[in-house]
Amino acid sequence: MIVADRKSLEEILGMVADNHKILILGCKGCVTVCNVGGLKEVEILTSSLKIARKKAGSPIDIDIQVLERQCDTEYVAELGEAVNDYDSVVSMACGVGPQFLSEMYKTQTFYPAVNTTFFGGATQHGVWEERCAGCGTCGIHMFGGLCPIARCAKSLLHGPCGGSSKGVCEVNAETECIWDAIVKKKMEAGQLADLMGVRGFKDWTTARDGGPRRSIREELVQGNI
Amino acid sequence: MSELKSGSNLEKVLKAGHFAFTGECGPPKGANVKHLKEKFKYLKGNVDCVNLTDNQTAVVRMSSLAASALMVTEGLEPNFQMVCRDRNRLAMMSDILGAHALGVRNMLCLSGDHQSFGNHPQAKNVHDIDSMQLIALVKKMRDEGKFMNGDDIDVPPELFVGAACNPFADPYEYRVYRLANKITAGADFIQTQCIFNMEKFRDFMKKVVDMGLHERCYILAGVTPMKNAGMANFMKKFVPGMDIPDALIARLKGVEKKDQAEEGIRFALEQVAEFKEMEGVAGVHMMAIEWEHMVPEIAERAGVLPRPVV
Amino acid sequence: MRLSYSADVKIIQVPCTGRVDILHLLNAVEDGADGVYVAGCLEGECHYIEGNLKARRKVIHVKKILAELGIEPERVEMYNLSSAQGARFAEIANEMAERIRALGPTPVKNHTAA
Repeated sequence: MIVADRKSLEEILGMVADNHKILILGCKGCVTVCNVGGLKEVEILTSSLKIARKKAGSPIDIDIQVLERQCDTEYVAELGEAVNDYDSVVSMACGVGPQFLSEMYKTQTFYPAVNTTFFGGATQHGVWEERCAGCGTCGIHMFGGLCPIARCAKSLLHGPCGGSSKGVCEVNAETECIWDAIVKKKMEAGQLADLMGVRGFKDWTTARDGGPRRSIREELVQGNI
Repeated sequence: MSELKSGSNLEKVLKAGHFAFTGECGPPKGANVKHLKEKFKYLKGNVDCVNLTDNQTAVVRMSSLAASALMVTEGLEPNFQMVCRDRNRLAMMSDILGAHALGVRNMLCLSGDHQSFGNHPQAKNVHDIDSMQLIALVKKMRDEGKFMNGDDIDVPPELFVGAACNPFADPYEYRVYRLANKITAGADFIQTQCIFNMEKFRDFMKKVVDMGLHERCYILAGVTPMKNAGMANFMKKFVPGMDIPDALIARLKGVEKKDQAEEGIRFALEQVAEFKEMEGVAGVHMMAIEWEHMVPEIAERAGVLPRPVV
Repeated sequence: MRLSYSADVKIIQVPCTGRVDILHLLNAVEDGADGVYVAGCLEGECHYIEGNLKARRKVIHVKKILAELGIEPERVEMYNLSSAQGARFAEIANEMAERIRALGPTPVKNHTAA
C-alpha cells in the first residue's frame, strides 16, 4: 500500500504557526496500516502540537476527525461546510487526501502532515519497504517475481552494475541489491538464460513520465452508455 | 580481415594484433581548457587513446563530449564515455551523433556511479535505458544507420563501442555471463575496473577464455598505480566494486612513505608484464587519474613505448 | 397472448436487470451457453431507477471481454422493453435465437478436467 512518513513537528508547527483553531484529519486507509495517520497518530500529533504551543505561550485549539478514506469524494463530502470553521486543516492522509480536500473545499487551506513516499509492504512489524514504482507496465515475472525498476537504484534491466558488493547496493549498506537476488534466484533455478539477451527499451509513457495518469472502469462510470 | 567499424586508432592497433595501451583523463571541474590541454601533453604519443570520464563518481566536470572534442583538436584520440545516469535516450542519441561529428571514434558505455556519491546528490536520476541497451543502441545506429525508433540516420556514427567490466563485483559467478551479454549486445572492446587482486583476475580470465569471449571482443585489463598506502586503504573502504588484497596494502606500508609511490608503480609494472603474457588480454587500460604526468614514465618502464603507428 | 417464441430460449427471472452481474453472463458463456441476453425495462422506466442502465453497461463490458477472447460479442445482448409488450418479448426471443443460429454453436467446449 501507500507508505508515508510524518513530517517533522518543526515543519508542521511552522505550517500552523499563525493559526489558533485547527482540525487534524486522519484516514483509515493506507496511513492507518502504516501507522502514520490513523486515529492514534492523529491523537499523538494533536497532543504534541498542543504541548509545543503551550510551551511557546500561544495555545492552539485542535479538533480531530478520522475519515474512512480521504481518496473518495463521498467520504470527503462528509466533512461538510463545518470544515471552514477552522483557521486551517491538517491532513494526515497520503498526498491524495489533502488534494481531494482542497478540490472540494476551495476556500480552506489544507496542510499535508506526511511525506508520501512509496508503494510497499511491511517486511516486519514497524518496517515498510518499497516494492513498486508504479511504472504502469509490470514485468516482474521476467525477473523471478522481483522488480528491478523499483528496487534497483539505477532501474537496470540487465544488472547488477559494477557497484554491487556482497548482495548490497552501492548506494546504501542497508539496501539489498535486487539484481544480486534476481541473478541468484535464476542461477539456482538453472534459468540463467532468461537473463541473457538485450531487453527492449522500457516504455515510460505508462509511468509518471507520460504525464498524470487516469484509470477508468468503463462499466462503472455513470452516464457512460 | 573485415572492414573497420570506426577507423579509430584503438581499433586499428587492436586489429593489427598489437598489445594496446590506453589512458584516462578526468576533465576539469570547470571550463579550464588550459589545464586540460596540459594533461593531454603527458598522454600524447604514450597511449593509443584516452578515456574522458563522464561526471565520474557523480562529481560535475566539463562534459566528456566537450573534452573529447578538444582532445581531437590537440591530435590525440579520445575514448568518449557516456553514463546512463544523466541522460535520456534522446540526449544520448543526440550526443552520439555529435561525437561523430566532432571527430570522436571511440565510445565507452557505462551505467554510472549513483548520484549520491557525488557533489549534487539531490539530482534526479535518469537511467532511461541501461548500459546493456546503450551498447545495443550505438551498434544499431552504426551498423543499421537507424535511430532507436527505426527512423533512418542520414550519416550514421562510426564508433568503436566499448563497455566496462568489473570482475570483482558480486555475484562473482555471474560476471562472466554479463560480460558475454555485453559482447553479444555489441561491445567491440572491454575495459575492466582496476585490478589489484591478480589471483581472482586470473581465475576470471580463465572463464573468459573458456567461453571464447576474447575471440569476439578485445579485453583490456585495468591498472591503477597506487600512490601510497592511504590511497589503497581509502579505495578498499569507500570505493564500490574494489577488491584490494591486504597483501598489497601491507606491501605498500612496508616501505617508507616517500617510497610508497615507487612501490605502487612497481606493482603496476609487474601487472602489465603479466597481462602482456596472459591469454585473452588484448591490452592494458592505465588509469592514472590526477597522476597523468606519471604516464610517460610508467609507459616507458612498462616497455610499451613507442606506441604503434597504424 | 399465447404467442410462441423459440424453444431455444431459457428464461431466468430477476426482480430488476440491475441484479444481473457480469459474472452471471460470463459463467453462462463459460458453461456452454451459445448466447445470453438481458431483457430490461425501457430506459427511464426502471422501477429501481437505474438498474437497467447498470445492466447495459455490464453487457457492454462482457462484449468487450468476449471480443478480447476471440468470441463474437453479438452472443451477448441487451434489450429494453416494458412488461406490457408481449409481442415485443416474443420478437426479441426469436431475433436472438435467429442471430445465434446464424453464428453457430458456442466455441466454448465444455470439457471436464480429466
